[in-house]
This record gives sequence, structure tokens and C-alpha cells, in this order.
Amino acid sequence: MSQGTLYDKVWDRHAVTELPTGQTQLFVGLHLIHEVTSPQAFGMLRERDLEVAYPERTHATVDHIVPTADQSRPYKEDAAEEMMRELEENVRDAGIEFDDPTSGDQGIVHVIGPEQGLTQPGMTIVCGDSHTSTHGAFGALAFGIGTSQIRDVLATGTLAFEKQKVRKIEVTGELGDGVEAKDVILEIIRRLGTDGGVGYVYEYAGDAIESLGMEGRMSICNMSIEGGARAGYVNPDETTYEWLAETDEFADDPDRFEELKLYWESIRSDDDAEYDDVVTIDGSELEPVVTWGTTPGQGVGITDPIPAPEALPADKEDSARAAQEHMRVEPGDTMQGYPIDVAFVGSCTNARLPDLRRAASIVEGREIHDDVRGLVVPGSQRVQRAAENEGLDQVFEDAGFEWRNAGCSMCLGMNEDTLEGDEACASSSNRNFVGRQGSKDGRTVLMNPRMVAAAAIEGKVTDVRELEAREVVTNE
Amino acid sequence: MSDGPAEIVTDVTGTAVPIRGNDIDTDQIIPARFMKVVTFDGLGEFAFFDLRFDDEDNPKDHPFNEDRYQGASIMAVNANFGCGSSREHAPQALMRWGIDALIGESFAEIFAGNCLALGIPTVTADEDTVETIQDWIDANPDGDIHVDVADETVTYGDTTVDVEVDDAQRKALVDGVWDTTALMQANAETVKETARTLPYIQDHEVPGDV
Repeated sequence: MSQGTLYDKVWDRHAVTELPTGQTQLFVGLHLIHEVTSPQAFGMLRERDLEVAYPERTHATVDHIVPTADQSRPYKEDAAEEMMRELEENVRDAGIEFDDPTSGDQGIVHVIGPEQGLTQPGMTIVCGDSHTSTHGAFGALAFGIGTSQIRDVLATGTLAFEKQKVRKIEVTGELGDGVEAKDVILEIIRRLGTDGGVGYVYEYAGDAIESLGMEGRMSICNMSIEGGARAGYVNPDETTYEWLAETDEFADDPDRFEELKLYWESIRSDDDAEYDDVVTIDGSELEPVVTWGTTPGQGVGITDPIPAPEALPADKEDSARAAQEHMRVEPGDTMQGYPIDVAFVGSCTNARLPDLRRAASIVEGREIHDDVRGLVVPGSQRVQRAAENEGLDQVFEDAGFEWRNAGCSMCLGMNEDTLEGDEACASSSNRNFVGRQGSKDGRTVLMNPRMVAAAAIEGKVTDVRELEAREVVTNE
Repeated sequence: MSDGPAEIVTDVTGTAVPIRGNDIDTDQIIPARFMKVVTFDGLGEFAFFDLRFDDEDNPKDHPFNEDRYQGASIMAVNANFGCGSSREHAPQALMRWGIDALIGESFAEIFAGNCLALGIPTVTADEDTVETIQDWIDANPDGDIHVDVADETVTYGDTTVDVEVDDAQRKALVDGVWDTTALMQANAETVKETARTLPYIQDHEVPGDV
């Protein structure tokens, strides 16, 4: 068993008692809720005549179903309007703070928590959403839960949970030009498998991780779940503290910041911490990674050939064959040149300000391909305002992208933004499952936001490093 | 549902249905568009919807559509079943279709946790064992399978094989404490004590500490 890791320390600080099942009752420091997975939990609470135990440690937003084009109420889709009303009623009754679209603070739950400073090191954070692992970027223990567990957390402020093993993933060296956090996590999932992390929490470490800003760390922790790990984290450091100092929570309260910083420092993994497993990856060897299949583990370097199914481990062979048929790709080819119909920059993985800046830097002075529908969806209203203040909306619109309002959008088929028919999408999101983007024949190619921008311009999957090397062409 | 202790689940017996394939994700088990609801009622008919029906809603080849598997209460699956989103809608849809227990090579963690919260065991065995069970179900769609959570065995025909049940899951199901709300609520005072020791929790945030 691991010892002296951040995971062990945060676990111990939040352990209430051992339950008769042998599970630990764990105190939940921050409970984030949204409209899709919480209404049934509130319903269960009403059935049992229970109240929300820690409303001030609970925070709500709306993201999955919210339209990103016309947000006027009532929403065009009846089901979306009903879910929104249900959430409004539930948070009002329970006295839970709710960042609705009129607040100016609404956004994807994994974007708003960190940007408001709700997400802090050494906290336990849960949400009925598997990408809650994102918050681990701050050195929090954060994971997704199901609706019955949401009921438990609402009713008791705690969760019945079993301790997991800790795998340290050390990414050494310096990332090459054009290689981003997204490529690192896609490579980790490719190597360790989509189920490699089951039973583990991932601690991301090493120079390549520590040199990333908070957004990059969030992109990595975000996709821990795609690697089977329910939670992933990075030890807090000066980069983390600099981010936190500027948030709503601490900007006007330097004393509290200094006080909590002592706690944050104390929960960092010890230098001599013991891990259940250690994996080392040379970050300097990586190149931009794109997926060729229908699981996030089916990825390949942009200049590398798509593997033959029979060259993969036996248990991956059948799904690889089915995936290649669905995606219409051939082993031996690279993904370069794969035609796309839609380009999506957004999602809790890659829709923060630096993500949009990097995509914009590729787009600026260029135009997206005639056959491509381009969509840029900021992760939150704050990201949207900040981007507009810098004129990024104009850069994207001039290039032919649609500039939308904040939400989950085309990451999943739960709102108006979906793929149609067998459209192929270059996407900065996290899942390429069949049907994920709202059309069961749709094809998703996951990649980093600059690669999405490059694909949009060329109308096909493109090595952004090559595009950048060429001269910027302005309107001729 | 009551506040009392949950039902004891020591074993599940019934006919079974094989669902083959690794990495079957929750978007396949219940496509997101069917989640635009505020209750879980009626999700059963949408289980595996896009694998079961084409664009015109005509049935496709899928075990859930086959007459011989109607009424099955046990599902035999392969590796990493239920990966992807945390949606409890996935096990809810399977449960409402009629599934009371799953046998698989491995399960995604959140999915298995969601199953436990519904009192549905997720027992595991190696690839050969699971494939043999799936083949047996194919040949014996009317045959009962007995999933014994307490003994950690699965019996089909004359054969009994050992399976694994996670310790906490086994205890929770066999002792009937898988519905944890009441159990944890009883510790409310200890919870408050824990909360007060955390530097980031402010006094007014702990109930009764105003």
C-alpha cells in the first residue's frame, strides 16, 4: 500500500469512520452539481424526507443541456427547459449557490470550480460527472460519482468509499514544439490502456508535468478517467498557488491564503513516499497524438502508422477491427489527410483561455476549409468574456468559426450541438465513443486544440507543426 | 424506498444474456439523448438503444432484441464494461430492463459503484471462464444461472466456478447495507467533528455550528 502520498494524506484527513462494509466514510469538502445527474438524487431525498446537510459546501451550475447558441428562456427543447427548471427549484429549496447563465459565472462544472477558487489543494471534491478528476490538477482528491452517491453526499456530506492504490506517472524531459498536455494524456492512455487505471489513483509528476500551467495540468487530470483511473492529481506548487491567489476566494483575503497554504504544503507527497506502482514516460519523445478509433486509448502519433489490429494485444484486436471499420481507416496509413466535416474546440478538457489562445494563434490570418463547420465553445462565461476582451472571438469568426456561449456543447449529444449522419469531427474533447457526439454514425478524432484548428483550416487531419512552418496566407 | 436497512442480496438466480465485447461504454449502454429526463423511470426500453435499432427504429441484431433472451436477469460481459461517463442512468436502464446481476471479466469502477448502490452485484472471472459462460448461455438460453455472492461462485448447468466479488461489495450485499444513506447519517456528529478539523472548512459551513 502507498504511504506518504498526497492521496494518503488527504484520505486520512477526511476519513470519518469505517463502515460495517469495510468501506471508509469519507467527508466531502466540495460537492459540485449539475442538471443531468442531480434531479433524481434530489427526488430520492424528497422520498426519504431528507435535507441537504452541507448546502454551503455545495455549488451548482448548468452545462450539459444548456444551448450554446440561443439561450433565451424557455429553451427550445422542452426536455432541456424541464431539467433547468428542476435544478432551479432544487437549489432554491436547499439554499445552494447556483451559477446560472444570468450570473455571468456559468460554465462547465470543471471549468468554473477552479476559476472561482472553489477547487483547492487538499480537498475532497465530488460531482456526478466522471471528469471530476480534472480538479486533481490542484492537488485535490476529486472523482466522479453516480446519482445514488450524490444522494448520499447531499444527505450526509459524506461518501462510502474504498481506498485505492496509487500509481505515480512520471513524465520526464521537455515537451517538443507543438506537443501539449493533451498529447501527454492521450499517450499515457494509449500505453497503459483504457482499463489500466482501474483500482488506481494516478499521481502525475516529473519535469514535463511540473512545467505545465494549471490549464495543462487540468487537461491531463481530466482524462484520468479515460485511462480507467477514477482520480488523478498533481502535487500543488507555486504554479498552483499563483492561480489560487488571484481567485475570488483569496484575492481579497491574503491572510486566509497564507493560512491555507500551510495546509496545502503539508499534503504534498513526501519525497520518500511509497507508491504501488511507478511508470516513467520520456516526454521529449512525444509528438502530437490523435485517435484513430473509438476509444481514447486508440491513439497514434501524428506521423506514425495506424496499427494493424492483429499487431495489438489479443484482447484489443476485435475492438480495434470494429473501430477501424467505423472510422474507415486503414492500418499502415497515418491519420494525416483524414477528411473532417466538423471542428470542435471546447469541452472540460480544452476550453480554457490558454486553449482558445493557442487555437486562435493557428487560426489568425487563415480561413477554415469550405467544407468544414467550425465551432468554438468557451468553457465558461468568464473564459468567454476574457477571450472577447482579447478579441479572440473576432479571430475565430473572421476565420469562419462560430463563436458560441459556454457549455458542454458537442462533447456529448445532450444539447443542440451534435454531429449529423456520418460526419467526422476533429475534436478537442475527451471521448471518441461511437455515438458520443450525438450521431451513432458520427466519427470523432480526438486531438489538442491547435491540431483542431489546423484540421479546420485544411479540412483534414494535419500536423499543426507543418502548417505553422508554412507562411501565413492572408485573404487573396 | 424506506430509510431502513437495504435488502439482503446473497444470490441471484435466473436466465442470462451474453453481451460480448470489451470496453462497452456507458454511451452505448444508454445514449446521452435519453438522459434528458428528471427521473430514471422508463429508461429500460432505451438500454443499448443505438445498438438495437437503426435510424428508422427497426430492430438490429442484438441479444436484447432476441426472443430467447427476454426475461433474462443476469448479464455476462467482457472486459472494462461500463467505462466512460459516471451516469447512473446506465445501470438504471439495465436494471429496469430486468438485469439483477452481472458477470464480467472486469468493470469500470464508477459503473460497479453505481451497480452496488442499486444492489446489483458485479462479479468477475477470467476471460476463459466468462467466455465459457457466454457460450453456455448461447446454447442454453432457458437455463438458469446461479450467481452466489456470498460463496463467490457462479453455477450453470452442472458446473460451478469460482468468481471474485470485491470484499466491500460482498459484505454490503450479503449484510444488506448497500444503501448507505441511513448508515452514514447515523454518524452525523462524527462527520461534523471531522469537518471542523479541516482548515478549509469555516465554522458557519458546518450544520448546527452557526
